[in-house]
Amino acid sequence: MARLTINGEVRDVDADPDTPLLWVIREQVGLTGTKFGCGIAQCGACTVHIDGVAIRSCAMPVSAVAPEQRIVTIEGLSPDGSHPLQKAWAALDVPQCGYCQTGMIMAAAGLLQTNPKPSDDDIRAEITNICRCGTYNRVRAAIKLAAKGAGATQEG
Amino acid sequence: MIPGFRNERPRTELPAASRRDVLRGGLLAGAGLLIGFTLPARGPAPAVAATAAAGDAVMPNAFVRIAPDNTVTVLIKHLEMGQGVTTGLTTILAEELDADWAQMRAEHAPVDTAKYANLLFGIQGTGGSTAVANSWEQLRKAGASARAMLVAAAAERWKVPASEITVSKGVVSHAASNRSARFGELAEAAAKQTPPTDLKLKDQGAFTLIGQRLPRLDSVAKTTGRAQFGMDVALPDALVAVVARPTRFGATVASFDATAAKAVPGVVDVVAIPQGVAVLAKGMWAATRGREALTVRWDESKAETRSSDAILAEYRKLAATPGAVADKAGDAAAALAGAAKVLTAEFDFPYLAHAPMEPLNCTVKLAPDGMEIWTGCQFQTVDQANAARVAGLKPEQVRIHTLYAGGSFGRRATTNSDFIVEAVAIAKATGGKAPVKLIWTREDDVRGGYYRPMYHHALSAGLDAAGNLVGWRHRIVGQSILTGTPFEAMMVKDGVDATSVEGANNLPYAIPNRSVELHTVKSPVPVLWWRSVGSTHTAFAVETFLDELAHAAGKDPVAFRRAMLAGEPRHRAVLDLVAEKAGWGTPLPQGRARGVALHESFHSFVAQVAEVSLDKDGRVRVDRVVCAVDCGVPVNPDVIRAQMEGGIGFGLGAIMAEQVTLTEGRVDQSNFHDYTPLRIDRMPTVEVHIVPSTAAPTGVGEPGVPPVGPAVANAVFALTGRRVRALPFAKELSV
Repeated sequence: MARLTINGEVRDVDADPDTPLLWVIREQVGLTGTKFGCGIAQCGACTVHIDGVAIRSCAMPVSAVAPEQRIVTIEGLSPDGSHPLQKAWAALDVPQCGYCQTGMIMAAAGLLQTNPKPSDDDIRAEITNICRCGTYNRVRAAIKLAAKGAGATQEG
Repeated sequence: MIPGFRNERPRTELPAASRRDVLRGGLLAGAGLLIGFTLPARGPAPAVAATAAAGDAVMPNAFVRIAPDNTVTVLIKHLEMGQGVTTGLTTILAEELDADWAQMRAEHAPVDTAKYANLLFGIQGTGGSTAVANSWEQLRKAGASARAMLVAAAAERWKVPASEITVSKGVVSHAASNRSARFGELAEAAAKQTPPTDLKLKDQGAFTLIGQRLPRLDSVAKTTGRAQFGMDVALPDALVAVVARPTRFGATVASFDATAAKAVPGVVDVVAIPQGVAVLAKGMWAATRGREALTVRWDESKAETRSSDAILAEYRKLAATPGAVADKAGDAAAALAGAAKVLTAEFDFPYLAHAPMEPLNCTVKLAPDGMEIWTGCQFQTVDQANAARVAGLKPEQVRIHTLYAGGSFGRRATTNSDFIVEAVAIAKATGGKAPVKLIWTREDDVRGGYYRPMYHHALSAGLDAAGNLVGWRHRIVGQSILTGTPFEAMMVKDGVDATSVEGANNLPYAIPNRSVELHTVKSPVPVLWWRSVGSTHTAFAVETFLDELAHAAGKDPVAFRRAMLAGEPRHRAVLDLVAEKAGWGTPLPQGRARGVALHESFHSFVAQVAEVSLDKDGRVRVDRVVCAVDCGVPVNPDVIRAQMEGGIGFGLGAIMAEQVTLTEGRVDQSNFHDYTPLRIDRMPTVEVHIVPSTAAPTGVGEPGVPPVGPAVANAVFALTGRRVRALPFAKELSV
């Protein structure tokens, strides 16, 4: 039995302590915006925030998270997709297949927490998530657009 | 292109009824008729987008549903796997409907080959960058027909001549009587109208949506976590299944001991299936722990036990001998013998995994009289037939829910429906007691085969004294993708699999004496088409060798190509455009160099110029890629740009560092730490320029991939003087 705080709600889950947080979030809590991509913390599709820090949930045992720690998933990033990054992502039509994009946005949100105005080089160094569709240039543009506080405007 | 697909129909294992359906769909398409009948608005569970009040909606034809709330939903017969097909196809229909973009929605169509066949395949399925090309006329007519029915309904209601009615941005108006109505208000009456038989389509100059930047229909769902992929299907009481598969291709289960696996908490069942041994559990963690505890003995008597290096050594030997003729003109041997200068080059291409970000998965609910399947389904007609056969059902008893696919790049389009059949086999082996959700881990994916085949190429070419290319011999050695599949009869002719040689046996360049030859070899390693198929390797060999020849002839690489393209205006136009936009011939900063490549695939024409430099650690860095594309009418220019950008990233990752190798038959790589796609730090700046065109639109999902490898390789030569001929670059260079 584990107690977790996810998107502001306290949830009691029955899981083996070694179970990766990813599978608890997806299978037991039922929040499927956090994705399984590799299982070894390589691709970042499973990125969530714990106390505001972006982590890869596929390689974190559920027992490593304390009940009072705040877990935020893509569903909790904003109530209605209105986070500046989500707005920038839609304005620039970043997603293609879209599977990695929720993790990408959570990684970007983690970056903006510590570096509100990242440079291109900062983004290249800090965003290590994999996107097989190759949306990287739009990811970079959308992070900068959100950082400018202009998430609602379109750029060509 | 998958050339044979055009206007031909594959021989699949379909029952007679389905074959008739295929024929009917094909005939309707061939006659250019609209399938214009009213359907009840039953439908699959919302797949692509939630559609409000679908129950009260009406369908003027098989492709469009209009709801009382004024939303218009286009039924998408193709799989959305990132290429933007839901947006592209909806744009085409909305244009002729004169709809407002804000009212448009999209939804994956159910499996119904008669209505939803790919008109270039004859079956329902997505591939070969054909979605827009085959749907262009069909969806324009569907939109125009629905529009005419709305107009007829308004004319009847208002008692005015239809000819006085106009439609704009989703509003039907009669100016003289100052009346107007939205589509939703007219839909029910419109559905009762007889579909028109003579349709007038718009002149291209009147387009208001086609050619514009429209927001993608799936962007919001894909940035909030609401988009439903196959991986996100959660049926009550479903069991998660993972499969222990052999570590050598071609091996089978000899025996297994499930005692320890069944002792893992959460594991419910362990069953043998033809593909291996399946462990079923209450969740993914228990299933994978159960699989680790499983003991399986494999029969490897028919398995591949060679290393990829040993296989490649055999390919090299074969390349020294003549192969089956794939293209022949003049007398290549004589031209080479008489040439003033002869160049030769050999190339190695590794096996490549598709590695879509969403690992393969499939959910199956099996009952005695029918079966439901949820997955990112790319080959609906084939998958339905294969699933039915394994379950012992008729195809019409199999209902497939097509969900968003988290990438495919070809992997989901297998002629044996491999991962779908696997899920069905597990459901059958467990008696349909509970729904089964099969999940492949990333390791299963990287080690699971269905790779882009490994190839070896050997080229010889001769220049005359003036530096003209007079002789060309190109030998390719590798496995056939389609031999032994239901597509063989159509796609493999005289020992030549079209997918092995496309891009090599249809050169646009005027070379008088040519011989393109193929050696097809066999191995138990399963191989498959991989984004841009044959062009993944042929474009690299041809375009880098041409660059060598240009240098040997003392000619500029752009001018050298251009001189051989007199009869190919579309090739020339993209080459000229990319040269102009990239500043070809203008000075670059010290330490930076350019390379160019040109390639047609899937009837789209793409030229790219890459700029490379070495970073402070001496690693090759691609700084910028300029891309020119001619894909006919640009339906959604921003989607085209996105596909070129993405294709460049995908192709660049492969030529830089991706490879699957075998040691004693076992795959050396397992996950993204050793099978290494491009990440953001190596992504170049990309500039895309689209050639204006009124030609019928062609695909963009694949054609952006082939030129980037050779453009970069040619730039690396210009920078360093080194020719890289064995991929990936990481084998020879620091990347």
